[in-house]
Amino acid sequence: MKWEKVMGLEVHLQLSTQSKIFSSSATAFGADANTQTNPLDMALPGTLPVLNHAAVSQAIVFGLGVGAEIGKVSRFDRKNYFYPDLPKGYQISQFFEPIVKEGVFEVPLEDGSIFPVRILRAHLEEDAGKSVHDAIPGHTGIDLNRAGTPILEVVTEPDFRTAEQVVAYLKALHALVTYLGISDGNMSEGSMRCDVNLSLRLKGETKYGTRTELKNINSFRFIERAIHVEAERQQDILESGQSVVQETRLFDPDNDETRSMRSKEVANDYRYFPDPDLLPIVIDDETIERIRDALPELPAVKRGRYTTELGLSQYDANLLTQDRATAEFFEACCAASKNPKATANWMLGDLSAALNKEGLAIGGCEVTPEGLGSLISRIDDGTLSSKMAKTVFEGLWAGEPDVDRIIEDRGLKQVSDSGALETIVDELIANNPAQVDQYRAADEGKQKKLIGFFVGQAMKASKGQANPQMLNQLLKQKLG
Amino acid sequence: MTGPFETISSLARQLDARHVSSRELVEDAIARTETLNSTLNAVVSLDKPGALAAADQADQARADGAISPLLGVPMLHKDIFCTRGVKTSCASKMLADFIPPYDATVVKKLHDAGMVSLGKCNMDEFAMGSSNETSFFGAVKNPWDVDRVPGGSSGGSAAAVAAGLAPLATGTDTGGSIRQPAALCGITGLKPTYGRVSRYGMIAFASSMDQAGPMARTAEDCALVLNAMAGHDPLDSTSADISVPDYSAGLEKSIEGLRVGIPKEFFSSHLNDGVAATVSAAVKELEAAGAVIVDVSLPSTDLGVSTYYVIAPAEASANLSRYDGVRYGYRCDSPSDLQDLYLRSRTEGFGEEVKRRILIGTFTLSAASYDQYFMKAQQVRRLIAEEYQSVLKDVDVIAGPSAPSTAFVLNDGSKSITDMYMEDVFTIGANLAGLPAISVPVGLVDGLPVGMQLIGSRFGEAQLLNIAHQFQIRTDWHSLTPDLEGLTG
Repeated sequence: MKWEKVMGLEVHLQLSTQSKIFSSSATAFGADANTQTNPLDMALPGTLPVLNHAAVSQAIVFGLGVGAEIGKVSRFDRKNYFYPDLPKGYQISQFFEPIVKEGVFEVPLEDGSIFPVRILRAHLEEDAGKSVHDAIPGHTGIDLNRAGTPILEVVTEPDFRTAEQVVAYLKALHALVTYLGISDGNMSEGSMRCDVNLSLRLKGETKYGTRTELKNINSFRFIERAIHVEAERQQDILESGQSVVQETRLFDPDNDETRSMRSKEVANDYRYFPDPDLLPIVIDDETIERIRDALPELPAVKRGRYTTELGLSQYDANLLTQDRATAEFFEACCAASKNPKATANWMLGDLSAALNKEGLAIGGCEVTPEGLGSLISRIDDGTLSSKMAKTVFEGLWAGEPDVDRIIEDRGLKQVSDSGALETIVDELIANNPAQVDQYRAADEGKQKKLIGFFVGQAMKASKGQANPQMLNQLLKQKLG
Repeated sequence: MTGPFETISSLARQLDARHVSSRELVEDAIARTETLNSTLNAVVSLDKPGALAAADQADQARADGAISPLLGVPMLHKDIFCTRGVKTSCASKMLADFIPPYDATVVKKLHDAGMVSLGKCNMDEFAMGSSNETSFFGAVKNPWDVDRVPGGSSGGSAAAVAAGLAPLATGTDTGGSIRQPAALCGITGLKPTYGRVSRYGMIAFASSMDQAGPMARTAEDCALVLNAMAGHDPLDSTSADISVPDYSAGLEKSIEGLRVGIPKEFFSSHLNDGVAATVSAAVKELEAAGAVIVDVSLPSTDLGVSTYYVIAPAEASANLSRYDGVRYGYRCDSPSDLQDLYLRSRTEGFGEEVKRRILIGTFTLSAASYDQYFMKAQQVRRLIAEEYQSVLKDVDVIAGPSAPSTAFVLNDGSKSITDMYMEDVFTIGANLAGLPAISVPVGLVDGLPVGMQLIGSRFGEAQLLNIAHQFQIRTDWHSLTPDLEGLTG
């Protein structure tokens, strides 16, 4: 393909503060319309915004999390436009001096490599309310519960060339903010919303083409699809010799197309100016250091530790650090299993398969990290064969908490007692002289095949509980 | 029975001595208002039941031993302050039926200090005007001459105090809206330092300059009221977290040796000769009291009006966006769609001057003119503030006229919009620089009051009140009153 996609992202993250950014109203999702509002949220005359410092702290946490510079002095500005869900007729945002400045965010890709994304800025602003079209027949209702919810808008440089990179970035961003506990990143509830700025250019070209902005795409799957569809649309336009119009477009997943929302040429002049109701946010080094000291271990640091200290592959390390719950499960599980590699294999194998099958998240199933950890340690100490372990896992999945109890209840203990195994092997040799002779006469190559008969018989005799390694060794010794 | 022109301090003494009850004062005030307001149009809503109940409460509190210099004293609020359960219109059709569910901090503080609110005063619509002619409820008449304006935008407050309806009315001052009407109505009005008094619940015009203050008969009364009004408010981030001194404590101090700067730019061609002579005589009086008079210069004075008329409308254009007909306030009849709802609600709900300033502000903030207008105005504002600060390093206060002339006639067709804006030429500097300033009556020209303005350093209200009080001890101008006989019917 001769065309190259160039994309930059704007991600709106709802911060997880208890109250709104400029008022004391609650921010919980899903409350009855307009029950989480006060005079300020409704923009009654004379009301004034008062900054919620929790939002500032969370923005600093984010900035440190992506290794960005924190603006020592940042300010709030008014972004002016009329819309029914915007009660003041302006949105309080940070236009001139954002709280988070440039940084580089390392995004792990599927192949285990790292894709660095340049963060241009992240700024604090207030969310708007919602228009409700189905509550009152023939009318549009306004729900202001969401109005004033703190938002951190994260803006990147146009560093993305593929939809996969975009999705990887969003997943890594989701992992980061949930790690940091500053947003639940829930796309379906709108706590993480993404706008993609997309343009095409001929490969090798250094100038950017005219871009369109794809708005509010609310799932990872749709983002990939929207990018694909919009790139195709632009390509068709460019190849027919026409020009792309700079505008905002909305992805319609039902019809698999993007549609023009409004043209930027006739769009609002937002008339940004400093908000005189709010003082500048001044952040000293001491505050930054205090917040830095309290940060949890970041995904990038964890990934590094998992590969160097625990000996995991980059691929596994990436998967295990995808979100905080997975990483925490992994670490608790390792503490019980003392075997990071086996833990990674179980989590990314059987556990992950079972979760996917049921459509569950890691915290949503019955398997505890301690349970899975002790299962792994019972394999390592020879109590369980890998086949038995799968049966024990089924018990854990069904909600039985104690691995040893499951082993006992199911009579799954592997026979690793050499005396007991020896008795079985001796009986086998005595009862099958013909096979023994055949084995002894065969060359080494054939012996490898013929030993299978004895293993199978011994397993049968032990009701499948014989330790296979020990059995093999014993058979070779007695037959040879 | 007390007369209409008593001061707060005198009323407080009489209340303490049980010569009069708060109920009697409030009943008298209501009676006077009902008699005079049809002529003056200074009051837009009277809360009789609320006021009488509050008066009874105050009398009870006093009987129970409560002591407060303001307890039981009647007053009026400019209709820009939100009053819980009482209509707050900002003199606009847009808010003609708006009843706030909360009190402005100023309202709450004065209520907590025991003052009894009688109701709300007329004003220029959204505080935009210098003559009180832009009110949706009609112009206010100057009690000294009912064919003349009381000034604005706190014209109703000034006229009410001047006519003795109440000894105090609150005002707000964004470009001179306390000082100019105080001057034109012959009363004392103080605009505190920006941030000294909370703006919470005060309907915003230009947020970086709006400031509430007392309008009363004397500096002594202004001090009493400022004691109750001032202070940090967690609901207003721009209110200063600086302790409030007792403004009454230093009133009697001698002003011997205090340096008073007279900016030559304040006595320019803009100034009416009679006003110039009257203010100069007042300055002489300060000199006689021991003040040292110093000639100073504020060379950017002439830039103030244009600077102000870029910044204030810009802020106002955003502040007034919330009046969109969606949630409360005026909504046009049967809008055809959203655009029509916005367009007609705002076209029909706002008066001409408000619309003019919204348009100016929208223009100066637009991408094409931001650098040229808004940014430039911010730079000039800083320059002007620096000039004031530099002069105030050399002198204690700056003195000059409060307004270019005495009260002008109503509906003066010869006065252009920019002539009207020039009313603020001497007062605007204090707003741009955030400084405190007071206007005191200093005489009459052709039977009309003249005000002298004193501008002080940031948070220097105590000094301004001290000088103004010392002046008022030596003079009687603040005791002159209009002839009420001519006002009835």
